[in-house]
Amino acid sequence: MLSLDLLLNAIVAGILLGGFYAAVSLGISVAFGLLDIVNIAHPVFVVLGSYIAYALNSALGLDPLLTGLLGVPVFFALGVVVYRLYYASFEKTGEESLRGLVFFFGLLFIIEVALLLVYGVDYRMVEAAYIGDSLHIGSVGIALRLLVPCLVGIGMTVALYLVLSRTFWGRAIMAVSQDSQALRLMGANPVRIKTIAFGLSIATASLAGALLIVIGPVEPSIGREYIGRVFAIAVLGGMGSIGGTLAAGLILGVVETFTATYYGPSWALAVSFGILLVVLAVRPAGLFGR
Amino acid sequence: MAASLLEVRDVTKRFGGFRALNGVSLDVREGERFGLIGPNGSGKTTLINCISGALRNESGRISFRGCDVTRLPAHQRTRLGIARSFQIPKPFTSMTVLENLCIPLEYAARDVARADVVDEAMAILRRMSLEDKASLLPGRLTQVDMRRLELARAMAAKPRLLISDEAMAGLSSAEVDALLPILFALNEQGITIIMIEHIMRAVMRFSERIAVLDAGEKIAEGPPDEIVKNKDVERAYLGE
Amino acid sequence: MKKGLPLLIAVGVLLAALVATRLVGNRYLYFAGYVIFQYVVLATAWNILGGYTGYVNFGTAGFFALGAYTATVLILAFKAPLPVQIVAGGLVSAVLGLGIGYLTLRLRGVFFSIATLALALVLQTFVMNWEYVGGAKGVSIIRPAAFPPFASYVEFLFFVMAALAVVSAMAAWWIENSWVGRGLAAIRDNEEAAECMGVPTLRLKLLATVVSGCFMGVAGAPFPYYVTLVEPVSAFSLDYAVNSLAMPMIGGTTTWIGPIVGAILLSTAQQVATVTISSELNLLIVGIVLVAFVLLAPQGIVGLVQRLAGRRRA
Repeated sequence: MLSLDLLLNAIVAGILLGGFYAAVSLGISVAFGLLDIVNIAHPVFVVLGSYIAYALNSALGLDPLLTGLLGVPVFFALGVVVYRLYYASFEKTGEESLRGLVFFFGLLFIIEVALLLVYGVDYRMVEAAYIGDSLHIGSVGIALRLLVPCLVGIGMTVALYLVLSRTFWGRAIMAVSQDSQALRLMGANPVRIKTIAFGLSIATASLAGALLIVIGPVEPSIGREYIGRVFAIAVLGGMGSIGGTLAAGLILGVVETFTATYYGPSWALAVSFGILLVVLAVRPAGLFGR
Repeated sequence: MAASLLEVRDVTKRFGGFRALNGVSLDVREGERFGLIGPNGSGKTTLINCISGALRNESGRISFRGCDVTRLPAHQRTRLGIARSFQIPKPFTSMTVLENLCIPLEYAARDVARADVVDEAMAILRRMSLEDKASLLPGRLTQVDMRRLELARAMAAKPRLLISDEAMAGLSSAEVDALLPILFALNEQGITIIMIEHIMRAVMRFSERIAVLDAGEKIAEGPPDEIVKNKDVERAYLGE
Repeated sequence: MKKGLPLLIAVGVLLAALVATRLVGNRYLYFAGYVIFQYVVLATAWNILGGYTGYVNFGTAGFFALGAYTATVLILAFKAPLPVQIVAGGLVSAVLGLGIGYLTLRLRGVFFSIATLALALVLQTFVMNWEYVGGAKGVSIIRPAAFPPFASYVEFLFFVMAALAVVSAMAAWWIENSWVGRGLAAIRDNEEAAECMGVPTLRLKLLATVVSGCFMGVAGAPFPYYVTLVEPVSAFSLDYAVNSLAMPMIGGTTTWIGPIVGAILLSTAQQVATVTISSELNLLIVGIVLVAFVLLAPQGIVGLVQRLAGRRRA
C-alpha cells in the first residue's frame, strides 16, 4: 500500500539523510571538483573520523560531535601531509592520472585494513543524549540521530560556502580551480593554495565521520558504500559547486530512501551507481554545472 | 583561381556563455600558404581545434576536399589529410623520436605500406635534420628539436593540409630562419599550410594570404602588404 | 625478441604443468598453484587496460565474480562443461567492459575509474538478492569426477588455469608488439595527440577494456569448481581488486612480463604468509608495498632490472 504516511516519512527521512550525504561529499567536491585531485580515499578518511569519535566516546565519554570538531585541525594537518606527498610524487611530474589514483587506492586500503586489525569486523557505536530519541510531527517521525547530522551537514555546507566566497584564502582556492597558470603569473603560489584547500577537504572528513557514527554503527569497510555516493553527488552537483553538493545530496537521499522503502534497503546502494552512470552518460557537467 | 581545399562557413564555438568564435568563415586554396594571426585570446587556437576536430563547433560547417567534416572525429580528419602540430609540444614521451613518427605513419598515412614505415620515418627525420636523434626519447630534445619533432610527426600523417600552431614561439631568430625553409620546401611539394604565428616577420614573409581574428571574429583578410596597412588590424593589436 | 620464443616458452610452461601433475603428490600445492596462475591471468588482464592504456580499473572483483557467477548459472541450469563456462564467463565480462566503457570512456579517464569503484559493490548487491544462485548464503557446487591423465579434478583445474595464464600472457604479448599496442601506448602518453595523429582512441580504449574484462571473467569461470561453495563475499573479495592492480604496479606496467613477475612474487608470498600471519596483516603488507612502489619505484621491478642492466652496459 502506498499510504501517504509512508510517502511523507520517506521524503522526510530522505532529506535528513541528504544533509548528511552532503557533509560526506563536501571534501570530494573540493578535492575533485575544485583541485582535480581524485581522492578516492575520502570515504575512508570519514570512517577514520568515526573511529576516532568512537575511541574518545567509549574511553572518555566525549560527545562525538565535539570530537569531530576537535579533530578538524588534526585532519587538516593530515590532509596537508597527504597533499605534499601527492604533489611531490605525482602532480609535479604530471603522473597523477595512473599512479596518483593507485596511490589514493593504496591509502584507502591501508587505512581500512589497519582499522580492521585494530578494531575487528564488529560494528561500533557511540553514546550521546540525542541518539535514540525521536520527534513526532503528526504522523511523521524524525529521529534525532538523523536530524542532528542533517543540521550539522547543512551548517558545514554553509560554512564552507562562506569560507570559499568571503575569505582571502577561499577566493584564492576558487581562483586556482579556474586557472592556476594565471595565478602563478600574478605571483601567488598555487601549490600553497592547493595544500590549504586539500587540508580543508580532509578536515571535513573529521566532522562527517562523527556524523556517520551518530547515524548508525560503523565497521571498517563501511567506507566502500560511500565511494559511489560521494562521487555521484560531486558529479551531479556540478563538480565543485558547494550549493550543488547540498542539492545533489538531498536528491540522492530522497531517491535512496524511496528505493529502500519500496524495493528494499539493499537496492539503495545501486541507486547512486545508476545516477552516476546516467549523469556521466547524459550530462557530465552535472545538474548544477557551470 | 584554384579550388578550395578547406572551407570554413559561419563557425561558432561557445564555452559556457563565452563566444570564442563568432561566425568565422575562411577559404584556403589547394597549395596555398595561409597565415592566421590575431592578438592573444582572439580565437586562433579554438579555430584550428575546430578544424582539426579536437573541438566541435556548435554551428557552421567545415568542409575539406568537398566533404563535410563538421561531425567527424579528429582521427578521421587526420586520415582525410588534415594534420596539425601543437603550440605546446605533445610528444609521445615513452617512445623514441623515430617511434613518435611511426604512430601517424601507421594510423593515418594511407599510402605507406607497413614494411616501409621505418624507412619513411627516417626520410622525414632527415628532411627535418633530426636523423641523428632518432633513437632519443623526446624528453632529451632541445626546445628547437622538440618543435621540429612536432612538425615531423604532423608530416608523418602525410597530410594535404598542415596546420602549424605557433611552431616558432620561443625560438631565436636564427632558429626561426632554420625552420622557415623547411615549411617552404613542404609547400613546394604541394602541401597546403596554415601558419598560426605571433612572430610577424615569419608569418608576413611566409604567407601568400593572411586572415586576422579579433575577439572571435574575422576582421580582415588579404595579402600581407594589405594586412599591414589595415586600420582595423592596427587597432586590434595596438588598442584605440 | 624473436617471434618463436614466446611460443616456445608457452609450450614449455604447459608441459611443465602437465609433468608436475604426474610427479607432485601434495594436494595443497595444486590449490596454491591454481591461485598463482589465476593471479597471473588477472594481473595480465588488468595491465592490458591499466598498464598499456593508462586507464585504472578498480572493479576487477566485479568482472571476476561475473565470470564465476556466469559459470555457476551454467552449472546449475545445464551442467555445462568447463570450456563452455570459461568462454561464457569471458563473454559476459567482456560485455560488461563494453557497457561501462561505452558510458564513461568518452570522458576523462578518472570517470571510468570512479565507475569501476562502485561497480563491484552494485553487482554484489544484485547477487545477494538473487535466490537462484543462493543469495548471500551462496550455493554448493559438486566437482565432477576426475578423468585421465589427471589423478584428481583439482589437478585438472590447475592445468586449465596454467593454460589460461599462458593464453592471456600471449594475448598481452601480441597486443604489446602490434599496431594495437603502439596505439594504446600513444593514448597513454598523450591522448589528444594520439587522436590527432590518426589513432581511433575511443575504439582502441573500448577494445582494451573488452579484452581486459574478458580475461578477468575467464579467470573467474573455473572458480565454482575450485571452491565448490560459491558465495558473494569470497567471489567479490577486495583481494582481487587490490592484487590485480598491485601486481602489475610492483612488477612493472609497460611490458607483458611485469604483471607476471608481480603476480608470481606477490601471490607466492601471500600463499606462504597466510600460513604464518593473519590474512588482514597480509593485506596490510600488500597495501604498504603497493604504496611504496608507486612512490619510490614507479617503473616496478622490471624497470629496476632494466635500469641496472642499462647502467652496466653504459
